[in-house]
Amino acid sequence: MSAIKLDHVSKHWGTMRAVDDVSLTADEGALLVLLGPSGCGKSTTLRLIAGLEQPDGGTITIGGADVTGLTPAQRKISMVFQSYALFPHLSVAENIVFGLRVRRMPRAERETRLKRVADIVGLGQLLDRKPSQLSGGQRQRVALGRAIIAEARVCLMDEPLSNLDAKLRHEMRTEIRALQQRLGMTMVYVTHDQTEAMTMADRIVLMRDGRIEQNGTPEELYNRPATAFTARFIGTPPMNLIAQGERLVGVRPEHIRIVSQDGHAARVRTVEHLGADSIVLCDISDQPVSVRQDGFIKASPGDDIRLAWDASHEHLFDKESGRRLETAAGEARLVASG
Amino acid sequence: MNAWLLLLPAAVLLVAFTHYPILATIRHSLFISRRNGTEVFVGLDNYRSMAADPIFWKALINNFWFALGTIPTSIALALLMAVWVNRNMRGRGFLRLAYFTPTVLPMIAVANIWLFFYTPDYGLLDQLRGLFDLAGWNWLGSPSTVMPCLIVMVIWKEAGFFMIFYLAALQQLSPDLEEAAAVEGASRWYTFRRITFPLLMPTTLFVAINAVINSFKLVDHLVIMTKGGPNNASTLLLYYIYEVAFTFQDSAYAATLTVVLLVLLSTLALLKFGYLDRRIHYQ
Repeated sequence: MSAIKLDHVSKHWGTMRAVDDVSLTADEGALLVLLGPSGCGKSTTLRLIAGLEQPDGGTITIGGADVTGLTPAQRKISMVFQSYALFPHLSVAENIVFGLRVRRMPRAERETRLKRVADIVGLGQLLDRKPSQLSGGQRQRVALGRAIIAEARVCLMDEPLSNLDAKLRHEMRTEIRALQQRLGMTMVYVTHDQTEAMTMADRIVLMRDGRIEQNGTPEELYNRPATAFTARFIGTPPMNLIAQGERLVGVRPEHIRIVSQDGHAARVRTVEHLGADSIVLCDISDQPVSVRQDGFIKASPGDDIRLAWDASHEHLFDKESGRRLETAAGEARLVASG
Repeated sequence: MNAWLLLLPAAVLLVAFTHYPILATIRHSLFISRRNGTEVFVGLDNYRSMAADPIFWKALINNFWFALGTIPTSIALALLMAVWVNRNMRGRGFLRLAYFTPTVLPMIAVANIWLFFYTPDYGLLDQLRGLFDLAGWNWLGSPSTVMPCLIVMVIWKEAGFFMIFYLAALQQLSPDLEEAAAVEGASRWYTFRRITFPLLMPTTLFVAINAVINSFKLVDHLVIMTKGGPNNASTLLLYYIYEVAFTFQDSAYAATLTVVLLVLLSTLALLKFGYLDRRIHYQ
């Protein structure tokens, strides 16, 4: 049993509500991503789960046991820090087995586990090095190794890939996800990168100003954003929101077509060619709209084009509250097809 | 050429105030000066008479005990105080300031304050003794207590100064490391022993070198408080050099003693650069 449950958890510093009445559940063996812009409270939520901060209200349970008042060690979790938090004066091997030595595990078993973990994270040749002699990706692996060697059922990750370059980030993303599934760990993963969240998560909790904006699977967040904020946060480029009276009409760039007649008149501002597809940035009556098109689009700034989309791809939001409006005509069809 | 010009100011200062005086001192220690101002080469005669000088040995041994008494304790205290004030607590700024006060005070004033503490009969210590009906004691006038008295005062003075270095080093350490250790289940003492203390080693070495140099540099307090007495019980090497040079006006012998001090300190410097530096982790 290693499911994590937060029940009305709050944490504030002075008048700043860092985490405000947050309830969520990470199922056993699942990867839950806490997503949001910086300062939204996602890291604080993770630190509350880790026991590095004490909540001002609410309860936290891990595997059914109330851990709210326990120390990090008593919660039997492992954690990967954004800075990796490797001990700079200890070798890679010493870093990885640090926790085992703390718990006075016999040397023989320590060595066996170290060998196994070094194989998993691919550090076999580097065990005698100091962290300063490693590349960013290798340091990341040491931090991973230290997190999995204790075989804790719960692993917490605080923006573990934010210090890596794009290519390495992509590799490690796949690797961490594979590792999590192979070891069957319950993982809570904090990131501000929606691509990471979409590709890795079983469930995404999108946070904003200390509160949960939406809690759902990646598909739900993409297909049925509950608020305009979610709509703007998910997708590259994110959903276009066009003001129409009291409502915001949301359409994803990939659902917009360039047509020769009918549709909405638009003027091209710039075109980004990504290779497999192109992003055309245009204006519809002075509101920016991006359009994703397959292949190489021959349009130049200043061109007048016409845009169209199916009503079934429209998402409607209330302009004032940002909440999703369920009255859209296409709603029924969308639910039927999705 | 331009490069040498840029180096010139630093080079002039170094040569004029460090390198030339050292060489001149070594040369001077091989001569004796006559009354008429001429110098006569005597080879190692000065060193032979130094080896036969009981006060020199007394000063050297005193200095050894003085160093042993002050260095480890002041460093340990400094570390303890730094760890204590390196956290969020009420009055932290005041506490830090209080620890640092001894360093800010002029040394002559410090010596006078402590002179009052140690004064027989009506000094602070003897008044405390009086509360328990104990007789007065001449703290600085007895060969058995003069050295411990000086040691306590110097520890009080040095610990606060060294604390600042430890405090600066502690604040350089990432709090993530402590948290990572806590997640792994390490106790505070274990974390201190295996993480914090090893990472503070560069500071410890720096502080230790300073402490050693200071223990050979102490003069002002001796001039004010004991003048090396009683019966040379508190004579330290540099104070003896000062006396020989300026009271006895024997500059050749003072140069000889200075060479000994130089050799001692440069040996320590070599030990630091040659051995300890390689065993310490620098960030």
